[in-house]
Amino acid sequence: MFKISQLASGYGQSQILHELDLSVEKKEIVAVMGRNGMGKSTLFRSLMGLLPQWGGSIEVDGKDVSKLDTHQRVASGIAYVPQGRMIFPSMTVLENIQTGLPASAKGVVPEDLYALFPVLHDMRKRKGGNLSGGQQQQLAIARALATNPKVLLLDEPTEGIQPSIIKDIARSLKEIRNMRDLTIVVSEQVLSFTMEIADRFLVIEKGRFVVEEKRENVDEATISRYLSV
Amino acid sequence: MEWLSEFGAIAAMQGFNGLSVFCVLLLMALGLAIIFGQMGVINMAHGEFLTIGAYTTFIVAVLTERFAPAFGPYYFFLAIVMSFFIAGAIGWVVEWAMISRLYHRPLDTLLATWGLSLIMQQIFRSVFGAREVSANLPEWLMGSLQLTDTIEIPRNGLFVMGLTILLTATIFLMMYRSRWGLQVRATVQNRAMSRAVGINTKRVDRMTFALGCGVAGVAGAAFTTIGSTGPTSGSLYIVDTFLVVVFGGAASLLGTIASAFSIAQAQSIMEFFMSGSMAKVLTLLTVVGILMLRPQGLFSIKVRK
Repeated sequence: MFKISQLASGYGQSQILHELDLSVEKKEIVAVMGRNGMGKSTLFRSLMGLLPQWGGSIEVDGKDVSKLDTHQRVASGIAYVPQGRMIFPSMTVLENIQTGLPASAKGVVPEDLYALFPVLHDMRKRKGGNLSGGQQQQLAIARALATNPKVLLLDEPTEGIQPSIIKDIARSLKEIRNMRDLTIVVSEQVLSFTMEIADRFLVIEKGRFVVEEKRENVDEATISRYLSV
Repeated sequence: MEWLSEFGAIAAMQGFNGLSVFCVLLLMALGLAIIFGQMGVINMAHGEFLTIGAYTTFIVAVLTERFAPAFGPYYFFLAIVMSFFIAGAIGWVVEWAMISRLYHRPLDTLLATWGLSLIMQQIFRSVFGAREVSANLPEWLMGSLQLTDTIEIPRNGLFVMGLTILLTATIFLMMYRSRWGLQVRATVQNRAMSRAVGINTKRVDRMTFALGCGVAGVAGAAFTTIGSTGPTSGSLYIVDTFLVVVFGGAASLLGTIASAFSIAQAQSIMEFFMSGSMAKVLTLLTVVGILMLRPQGLFSIKVRK
């Protein structure tokens, strides 16, 4: 469904990602774990085409998107929730969601989005910048889902969010996966969150995947050793 | 008591005169506010797009007079539409050939567009000559309405005002109700993220620049009803226009309207009581003073940081 092979990328002269391979099945949730500076965000940014790609290929549903511009990748079915949420602060909640909608939707937000995040419906006339951190995170996810993706990329969705809301987000992610047959790749440092949702665990260290475990065989201690500073 | 009513009449007529200046200034500033406020491009050649609109109107007037005199009274509507599309099309080409290569380099854009404005002025001079030209206004635009014994309102002023209101309303609708407007506002706030939600920001930039230039073209058509057109007509307005945009708050269209109104009125009313340059000095001083207290301009959007 979502296939990365030999992906290399970096900033300026320094290579950050070293020939990464990853293949994700339909409806699978994969967690990419790793400390700060190990290449999680770089991986996501180069998957979106926000960073120049040095080599390798990215396939969505059999289609190679690695030569496409960012907005064309979105149209091919990749959606992105960046670290720090990056909602549009001076636009209303409704307008924020509308930016993700394709032209054919004529600005109408699908009902199931509001069903997932009822708080966004209540606050649809408020400015995005005036929402709390957790609400902004839900807004960023809703905006990404509005593009009607096949693959959802989430970069550290729990960063700076209170624990009760983290549970909500985990629950909604699983719900979305079942509702829309979505493939999800999520990067995290918080193991408890990914233990709740992920089917497979990868650990990234200095731009290489060093551990790969199915959920059944995962040993929390091994992974947390890579996460502790 | 007679001096009082006379004073009232002068104030009213001078105020209306100010409204005409306000209209041209606002049309110019709206185009510039979209380009500068939304894209961060300092377009020094914006005045030349006004000149393009003015010359287009002149050409349409001359052509109608020669080939379709019966159409004469209504040529102005065609001229407005033509001005919009010609200025817009040239803006589109300029964005493609020049501006799009200079994003995130504001000083280079400033120099490049200033150079462009000099080139365009020389082209106008070579093609139309250095002497000012003016289109023959249709009958129904001339003369004035006699409101009272002492107050006269010129018709061309009323027409320009109607045009300005219509165009301003259209721009507001486009910015706040259309998909294009949504994409423009998103791109302004976060370019990378806009791309990541599927917005083709390059196309949005090009459309935005073309639209801003088109609006300047319409300002040029309106300008021909209150002044004559020369190669440098537009560049005379560029400083005032930037003043309006910065004073109003770069990202706010409402601010642009408020600041165009106050600057044009202050200028026009003071001009009656003192010399033109003294009036300008006073306006500038006031604006500088206010901007020192409120660097973000008159209007700005408040959100949690």
